[in-house]
Amino acid sequence: MTKYIVQRVLSLVPVLIVVAVVVFLLIHLSPGDPASVILGDEASEESVAELRSRLGLDLPLYRQFFVWFGGVVTGDLGDSIFMDMSVTEAFFSRLQPTLSLAVLAQTIAVGIALLLGIAAARRRGTLTDQAVMGFSLLGISVPSFLLGLFLILLFAVKLKWLPVAGYAPISSGLWNHLRYLILPAMVLGFMQAALIARMTRSSLIEALGEPYIKTARAKGLKPGVVTYKHALRNAFIPILTVIGETFGTLITGASVVESVFNVPGIGQLIISSIQRRDFAVIQGSILLITVTYVLLNLAIDLVYGLLDPRVKLNGGRGR
Amino acid sequence: MSQAPLLEIKHLTTKFSTEQGIVKAVDGVSLHIDPEETVGIVGESGCGKSVTAESILRLFDEKTTEYGGQILFEGRDLLQLSEEEMRKVRGNRISIIFQDPMSSLNPVYTIGDQIMEAIRLHQRASRRQAREKALELLRLTGISDPERRLRSYPHELSGGMRQRVMIALALSCEPRLLIADEPTTALDVTIQAQILELMNELKEKLRMGIMLITHDLSVVAQMCSRVIVMYLGEVVEEAEVTTLFDRPLHPYTSGLLKSVPQLDGRRKQKLYEISGAVPAMHEVEACCRFAPRCPFATELCRSKAPSLEEAEPGHRVRCWHYKDIQANGGGSDGSGLLVTA
Repeated sequence: MTKYIVQRVLSLVPVLIVVAVVVFLLIHLSPGDPASVILGDEASEESVAELRSRLGLDLPLYRQFFVWFGGVVTGDLGDSIFMDMSVTEAFFSRLQPTLSLAVLAQTIAVGIALLLGIAAARRRGTLTDQAVMGFSLLGISVPSFLLGLFLILLFAVKLKWLPVAGYAPISSGLWNHLRYLILPAMVLGFMQAALIARMTRSSLIEALGEPYIKTARAKGLKPGVVTYKHALRNAFIPILTVIGETFGTLITGASVVESVFNVPGIGQLIISSIQRRDFAVIQGSILLITVTYVLLNLAIDLVYGLLDPRVKLNGGRGR
Repeated sequence: MSQAPLLEIKHLTTKFSTEQGIVKAVDGVSLHIDPEETVGIVGESGCGKSVTAESILRLFDEKTTEYGGQILFEGRDLLQLSEEEMRKVRGNRISIIFQDPMSSLNPVYTIGDQIMEAIRLHQRASRRQAREKALELLRLTGISDPERRLRSYPHELSGGMRQRVMIALALSCEPRLLIADEPTTALDVTIQAQILELMNELKEKLRMGIMLITHDLSVVAQMCSRVIVMYLGEVVEEAEVTTLFDRPLHPYTSGLLKSVPQLDGRRKQKLYEISGAVPAMHEVEACCRFAPRCPFATELCRSKAPSLEEAEPGHRVRCWHYKDIQANGGGSDGSGLLVTA
């Protein structure tokens, strides 16, 4: 087990190197110069050149890379060009809203999805099933910003139950914190629920068709016990995979919803850094997101082992 | 024979509604099993033998399945019981063992958990008592190192061991009737013999009736006192084992008997094969169902379905011509049968 975890964490290293190189090249080869963005259109050539050399942008590309990567290896991701803080500080100050939002959204998503997915699988072919599949199709197809705007219109503007947009940290009180997050979490949760519900349905239907389910029924167990105890646990591995993936996208890719609801999270940080050509922040954030993503997947793999005794986490090849 | 049968099935029909229409998988099957008797049910794949077995426990989804007839067991018609009453029969009074021991046990629970679950469902037992009972059952099935097996997961056991576990599971509440649906088909021949031996032993010990479903006639010869031959959802012949092997009356039964390879047979002798394939259930028309594959089929067979007749006491057959075929010696040595390629 420990050996397995160590192996997995070590496998992060090559992944990070590749990501670092790709991100660095992508940013530095795309047009746009932070120095001229900072100084504006009016700036003289000399002052731009001076700023460029101060930022190290006049060095050859490979030297820029090694300067940056040398820092990364020692844990220094550099400083933001625009904000008066280090990249690490910038990232972690934005991580908390994103995490809060992701956890709330995922709770909503998993709750709805399991409820609907199980109901659909148990009554497959019926109206319930079709309704769930229709709901799920809607969730996958409706653009998040549109759903976000609808919810704002209904709950914030018309009913005035919740704030239109913005963010309050947990330190301002739990309810105050949640009040701002409910609407964006509903948008994200609804969309993720669509995916998870589909997977729950199909995976559970498959499990319910297995011979051991017949054995369970032949024992005289109640249909509820058969579904929840015998089928669901077997069906849960693919469901968990989707839950993990959706959680990953929530942490990394909620930028549209964060923008609509003006939540100062990671998504917004990256978008605004791209607009401002804040190279250091983009590179650093993407690296940190990669680490988060890989660790998240590791956590999910460890849960697989708890759910299914056939999954052996011994570092070697399993069956 | 004077006592009441343990199980009596009268004109059972099982119909499934599928996307292709209604399929009658079992069509008017009548049979009985006496207490402590082992009855074999044989036939090719798709003849309705497994459906008959699972109909007894009503294991099919009742939204798409329609049962007809009666299944009398311990004085009640199982088809009339509520779902809740039925649950008290399943695994308690009647148990079933399935063909594939590899997938019939839940992979995510230990053997012990799965056996104890059945015990605690039907009996008042504490966890500790259930565990003792499970251990005893595993010992009964002759599994090695039962203490450890209790904590094993199904994938850690071999096929033979898993089938022993399935037997332990089926016997956990000492059922009156054990249905074994091809219990040895998925196993090696040596393991097969051990499992059959075990079933015979346990039958003596627990004094239960066994309904043994198989397509293997040697298994029947080894285990059963009576045999029922099924073809396309119907019983075509029923007899004592020795009678059936010596004097089969139905051309299908003789065909089955001849398609068993003989060790003392001549080397180059071609194995007998019943020509044609089992037609799909919904293609069946009003005629003798075996007629399209029968070497003796006449106009009568193709236009009118025969009924199950008592040829001699305890020997029933569904064939228009069984008397002629037998008189011509076609029944046992096959000289009247056309062997078609």
